[in-house]
Order: sequence, then structure tokens, then C-alpha cells
Amino acid sequence: MKLSRSPWLIHYDCSSCNGCDIEVLAATMPRYDVERFGIINTGDPMHADILLTTGGCNHQNAPVLKQIYEQMPNPKVVVAVGTCACTGGVFKDCYNILGGTDTVIPVDVYVTGCAARPESIIDGVVQALAILDQKYEAYTTDPKAKEGN
Amino acid sequence: MGKRSIVPFGPQHPVLPEPIHLDLVLEDEKVVDVLPEIGFIHRGLEGLVSKRDFKDYVYVAERVCGICSFMHGMGYCESVEHGMGIEIPRRADYLRTIWAEMSRVHSHLLWLGLLADGFGFEALFNECWRIREDVLDMLEATTGGRCIFSVNNVGGVVRDVDNATLLGISRKMDEIGARLKEISSTFLKDYTVKSRLVGVGILSHEAALELGAVGPMMRASGWDIDMRTTGYSAYGDLDLNINTSNDCDCYARTEVRINEIFTAIDLIKQAIDKIPNGNIIVPVKGNPKSEFLIRLEQPRGEAVYYTKGNGTKYLDRFRVRTPTFANIPAMAEIMRGCEVADIPMIILTIDPCISCTER
Ligand code: SF4
Repeated sequence: MKLSRSPWLIHYDCSSCNGCDIEVLAATMPRYDVERFGIINTGDPMHADILLTTGGCNHQNAPVLKQIYEQMPNPKVVVAVGTCACTGGVFKDCYNILGGTDTVIPVDVYVTGCAARPESIIDGVVQALAILDQKYEAYTTDPKAKEGN
Repeated sequence: MGKRSIVPFGPQHPVLPEPIHLDLVLEDEKVVDVLPEIGFIHRGLEGLVSKRDFKDYVYVAERVCGICSFMHGMGYCESVEHGMGIEIPRRADYLRTIWAEMSRVHSHLLWLGLLADGFGFEALFNECWRIREDVLDMLEATTGGRCIFSVNNVGGVVRDVDNATLLGISRKMDEIGARLKEISSTFLKDYTVKSRLVGVGILSHEAALELGAVGPMMRASGWDIDMRTTGYSAYGDLDLNINTSNDCDCYARTEVRINEIFTAIDLIKQAIDKIPNGNIIVPVKGNPKSEFLIRLEQPRGEAVYYTKGNGTKYLDRFRVRTPTFANIPAMAEIMRGCEVADIPMIILTIDPCISCTER
């Protein structure tokens, strides 16, 4: 069985400028239409396999991000969308930015761009799917992976 | 009095892609109070002026918000330019106006889509965004970006658009107008859509002024206040028709925004007819010394930009007052007494942009 057949994703806006957010949404819209592959943008972490994050983290949203990540069932992958989510981007020097998504939770795929184009977001998700399958394999065959993920 | 309960809304919530947290105090199905909590996407980018050259800061100012990014860059530049007494070329003014109005078209289409999603009309949601992609194509062809354009700079704009392309845009805008007309009848005449919007979230004529609402919120409550009438950029040369409504509800706000798209299309065409030839940027000498405050009309309402220079290349202070911030008290007011099911509609019809609000 492959998990990557119809993955559901959840999107959380950490402190993005909206540029990357609307590009994530645009990827699910008619022009790019990832929904035809069975990818659905869900609002519920417990239904999601892929977490897309946009924007850098700050003290206020770090616990929220962590909570969403923890609520997602195993195996799961995280895609950081946009330069802000990768490193902090233009806001890196702002007093209220801790850094990219990986300062709070582990990230599997980094999608750069400011704003990241829908094509590259889709590409990032496709790469994430391969990782998801690997994790799933490890998860079912190796009991130790269950604890770590 | 029934039993009171508190329902948390957000920060991660399907209705809104952006994080805002509301504590809704409920009595059965009625909302009796709303306590907003913000700060999830505060970055502190106003503070960056002390670390970035005032010319480079344009690129940070643009990233206040990715939806109306062009106007943020424009507001910052206009404020610095006026403060320094720089007169930018007329062609740059016109190009700024054209791009600003195109941003308005794409922003309102985006909002219409989210509204349709809010009342569960997926097909309409997709249709709005399909039209929006065509506007983005034009923006990308002329500026090079889909969300963040980076064409503004202190002293003018950095990219010119040739006149043939402008004519092409003008023609394409007609087509977009025609397609919009088709979907707007669904928004304004469909029985189901009307049942979700008419009479919901009433902000009275007086309350709108008292609570300091701005933009389409204000105009849907019968005030014809629009900062474009102050004639910044090229707006002084154009014929501007202010769209208002007296119904004060969610339906009125939808109607005002739909009409504003048609107005924006009209403004773009007027500007393309009148655009003069010439330079697009003038060299900037020296550093800003004085302070200046300018008000622009963004898709969501009036935005205020304040800059204060000190003679070095770093500004002392940059301040933005964004429209959503001004609209939050009005939103909290119209939510009191509404039904839980109407909350998404009310939040959406103020067209919140949390990223602007918290910066
Ligand atoms: S990477 Fe750029 S477009 Fe994306 S959230 Fe950051 S500033 Fe905005």
C-alpha cells in the first residue's frame, strides 16, 4: 500500500506575508489543480499527512505549530514553503523572528522562492511524497521507527 | 439568561488561511462577546528601518502583505519621495496607478473566492480564482512577479511597460470584466447566496463612523469616503466613481467590492489611454531628513504611511496603519449578537488581512 496516492495536506501560516499563503491556495485552484491527484487541503491536523508551513516562527506561534505537528498522525512530512519558512528570509533580522520552521519542528523539504511559485510548491509536495512513502515503509517494518519518526 | 460558554476560534482555522484567535462568548447559539487575540504573525518589520538602507527598505515594505504588496511599496516610496521633495516622472505615476488598480482587481477577486468558499460554494470559489490567474498573468508579464513585484523604488519605478503591452492589457481587462459580470450575477442574485448575506452583520451608518471603519466597510454603510479622491499618483487625472451602498450588511459589502472591480477596470483603461511617454525614474540624491505622512486607498481601505528621516541613510521611524486594524473594532461590534453560523461570513466580509495588521 502506498500512502502517497491521496495525501491530504494542512497549511499553517506562521508569520508569512500572505504571498506564500495565496500561492499555496493557488496551487489547489483550477490553473494548477493539485486536487485532481487526490490532494485535499484540510483544516484538521488529525486528517493530514503533509504539513505546509509558510513564514518564519515567533514566540507566539511556535507552540501552535508544535501542537499541530504533534496532532498529525505518523508518518508525516513537513514542507517549508518560501524563503521565510526556510531561513527567516527578509525578516530574518526582525526582533520578533526566531528563524525558519526548522527552529521549531523538523523539516523534510525546503521550497525556496519569495514568493514560492505554485509550480515549485507542487514540486516540493511531490518530493515530500517520496519521503512519506519511505517513512511509511520504515514505520511498518521497523518497530523502533514508531517512537522516533 | 442561558449558560455561557467560550468557544475558541483559531489561530489555525479552515475559514481563514491566516492565524487570528478569537474567544467567542456564546449563549446557546448567540454570540454575546468577542475577544480577539493577535500577535501570531507579528514580525516587527517596522523596526528593520534601522538596519536597512532606505532605498533597500522598499523590498521589506512590500512584504508587509503579499496581497496588496504593490501598494505597500508604493505607499512607502510616496511617503519618502514627498518627504524628500522628489518629483517623480509622470509616466511612473501612471504605471503605479495601473499596477495598483490591477492589484485591487486581483485582491477583490481573491476575496470573492474566499467568500464563496465561506458559504460553501466551491464552484464559484474556483471560478473567481480562475479569473484572478489571468490578472496575475498580466502582472507577471509586466513586473516579473506573481505576488511580490519589486518594481517600486524611491524616485519612480524600475520597469517600463511598452505601449503595445498596455493596449493589450486594456483589451484583456474588457474580457475579464465580461467574465466577472457572469459570476457577479450569482453573487448578487442567487437565492442561496442571498440567504447567507442579506441582513447579516449590520454595521449602521453612524456606528461605521464612530468605530472608525475604513474602505469598503465604510462605503457599504453609506459613506462615500475614498482616499483616491485626494489625487495621489495619477488619480487626480482620472474619473473616479465611488461605489457605495446603504444596506450596511454583508450583501452590501459584497456588492460594493464587486462594483469596485468594475471601477478599477475602468480606471486602468483610462490610465492606459492617458499615459504620457518619458522617463520612469529619477536619480535620488541625499538622504531623507523630514517626516511625511500619506494616506492611500488599498483594496481593504485607507492605509496610512509615515516616515521620518534623520539625514542618514537609515530612517528614524516607519509606521503603517493598515485597513484591517481599523476594521477590527467594527468587526467585533457586528459580531456581538450574531449567530454562530454567521461568524465566517462576518469575518470574511471585513476582508481581513492579518499579515498587514500585525506586520
Ligand atoms: S518568502 Fe516572501 S512571499 Fe513568502 S512569506 Fe516570506 S516574504 Fe512573503
